[in-house]
Amino acid sequence: MQALTAGPAAAPRRQIIAGSVIASMAIVMLTGGMLAVWSEQRTNFVERDGNWLPDGVVIPEVAANVALIAFIAICTFAQWAVWAVRRHDRGHAAFALGTTALVAIMVINAQAFIYSDMGLGIADGAYATMFYAVTGMFMLLMIIGVVFTAVTAFRSIGGRSDNDIVVAHAIYWYTMAAVFTAIWFVVYVTK
Amino acid sequence: MTTIDPTTDAVTAAVDDSADAVPGAFGRLLAAEVDWLTSSDHKKIGRMFLGGGLLGLLATTIVSILINADRAGIVDLDDDLLPQLFDAQLVGLVFGTLLPLAVGLCVAVIPMQLGARALAFPRLAASGFWMWAGGLLFTVIALANNGGGLGGNADAVDLFLGAHALMAIGLTAVGASIAVSVLTTRAPGMTMRRVPFFSMSALVTGLGMVLVMPVLVGTLTYLFVDHRNGREAFGGNVGLYDWALWIFTQPTSFLFAIPALGVLAEGAALLFKQRTPARGIMYAGFALVGVAAFAGVAQQAVFNIAEIDSFGEDAIADIVPSAFFNLLPLLGLTVVLLMSMFLAKPIKGHKPNLTPAMAFGYLGTGMVMVGVLGNALYSVADLDLQGSTVQEGALTYVTYGLVLGALGGMAHWASKLWGRQLATAKVLPLALLGVLATVLASLPHYIAGFDQARDIYEIVIAIGHALMAVTVLGFIGLLAQTVRGDDDAVDDPYDGQTLEWSIPSPAPLNNFVEPPTVMSAEPLADSKPNYGQLPEVDADEKGTI
Repeated sequence: MQALTAGPAAAPRRQIIAGSVIASMAIVMLTGGMLAVWSEQRTNFVERDGNWLPDGVVIPEVAANVALIAFIAICTFAQWAVWAVRRHDRGHAAFALGTTALVAIMVINAQAFIYSDMGLGIADGAYATMFYAVTGMFMLLMIIGVVFTAVTAFRSIGGRSDNDIVVAHAIYWYTMAAVFTAIWFVVYVTK
Repeated sequence: MTTIDPTTDAVTAAVDDSADAVPGAFGRLLAAEVDWLTSSDHKKIGRMFLGGGLLGLLATTIVSILINADRAGIVDLDDDLLPQLFDAQLVGLVFGTLLPLAVGLCVAVIPMQLGARALAFPRLAASGFWMWAGGLLFTVIALANNGGGLGGNADAVDLFLGAHALMAIGLTAVGASIAVSVLTTRAPGMTMRRVPFFSMSALVTGLGMVLVMPVLVGTLTYLFVDHRNGREAFGGNVGLYDWALWIFTQPTSFLFAIPALGVLAEGAALLFKQRTPARGIMYAGFALVGVAAFAGVAQQAVFNIAEIDSFGEDAIADIVPSAFFNLLPLLGLTVVLLMSMFLAKPIKGHKPNLTPAMAFGYLGTGMVMVGVLGNALYSVADLDLQGSTVQEGALTYVTYGLVLGALGGMAHWASKLWGRQLATAKVLPLALLGVLATVLASLPHYIAGFDQARDIYEIVIAIGHALMAVTVLGFIGLLAQTVRGDDDAVDDPYDGQTLEWSIPSPAPLNNFVEPPTVMSAEPLADSKPNYGQLPEVDADEKGTI
């Protein structure tokens, strides 16, 4: 066995932040791939049948627009939490994380409202199955985000002094904001 | 925040105590301890992937032999069974062999190379293994129940789609763990320019998997939801071939073969114990092959170049993607091979230090290169190869090339993983047999593409698959025999340059007691006086031969 000189303790490399960035890459690829297939199928169906959106189906755009605006609040609150933990201000951090989760749940509620208001069954044709697949995946990512926020909040309230998880949490929500912006444009605006 | 398993210290102590009990030889081979199922030790996770990959390979060779025996008319399989066997062959080659062997070797080795005590997110990697294993099991169950792309049992088809999504999610998790490990767990002083070659190839593969696998998950989600609800958007399970075939073929498969290049690079650097100048060139070679990751963006199985007569304004639109996905990987492979040959240039006065990594890696990379070349030819419409078996031959070349690389890696690092060293002279015949098997199992597909399908080709292909099974069984037997023996491996059998050779054999649970300081790209060589220096020779004899 070769005896190498023992080095100093490894400098923190922000592992959880790197992990969050990698996870964000995966989320972007997941959603980007689904939207690409959506666009391709939409083109195919329009060329073949002349229409894509089933007759009589109206997408409640107000709820989608409100959800988009809500992401501004989510990102702001998530960044507020980063600001607070850097100042060891647990009170502000807990409040910021709590409001992040609250607004995220409101977005989930808005998506549920869209499902309810559209009155479209999942088996009502090609558009319906693809709509539920892409928005369902988004809902799943939102729920994961709320759980992430809860874990971050418990760690922060519990006195863990590492800031990295709060930064990673903010990165996740910035990514989700980008993801929903793309979904909003492709699925809700261009339809 | 640390995500390295904090419980390993306690486990190390327990293992150290139990080491006095001298476990049985068979137990040592499998390291079949009670904590295997929940272990977050990277070496165990990696070995489980490797074991699963070898089992998957053996099963796939049996399926391939059956298919080719049927094509040759030796056996007459039920027409309903054949589609399941074709699916089983595709799934077996990519998800049962290529992916587990590639990620298994990366997971098992890279923390030791990086000077890390553990993998980043070890529990994520462990869960990724179980998702992959569970998904593969469900896939087999689905195929056995008439599932698959042409299956008639709707529930089994659903299971098939869900099982693939499960495998893809698991492999994304493992890819993320590998990538974050290389990015964040390197020893102090190990800059990215000093990362060992194999670890860099693992980084490219890991990042590529993070880019590719989520796209597959999204597509499978569509297919699953559509298949359960009306089947109007994708036409039912046949949509699998239109929308998800790209994951089972080239150029995506190139991405998963990159660790074979890393194994070659490790062996080449040790052949004449040279420090590698211009390491960035080798890194660039890996990255050029890594462009295959963008095949997931295109979601296309073939990138055609139209017939020259019909070249019009779309010619550039044809040529650019085809060149991107075929010629760039070819260029990358060429760069790695040339750099390896440069490192392997004989030096007067130095005896070659032939390692299993060099032998298997060189031959495996060569096979991968033939696969890439075949796929490049397949895309040229003027050659009239579309719809021929050339693509199948290319996939076999790439997969078996990676198998050779993985076997080389397992033999190279056997002392760290199993505590026993495989003699290079004993594994070399297996490397040659493996190459023969690869050529026999693949080349007739190429010939048939230019000629026509003939029974003799199918018989030769079946023999090739059988020889690959013999190669793998021979390797497993040799490994078992060596591990059952009494000769403990030395810590540094190849006079190595990288950190894994500085730790005892077999590697302890936490690898390093203290993280070592790294001052160069060959940190262990730094501690060896006169490492790699030429002996004193006369002035007129200086240089190389």
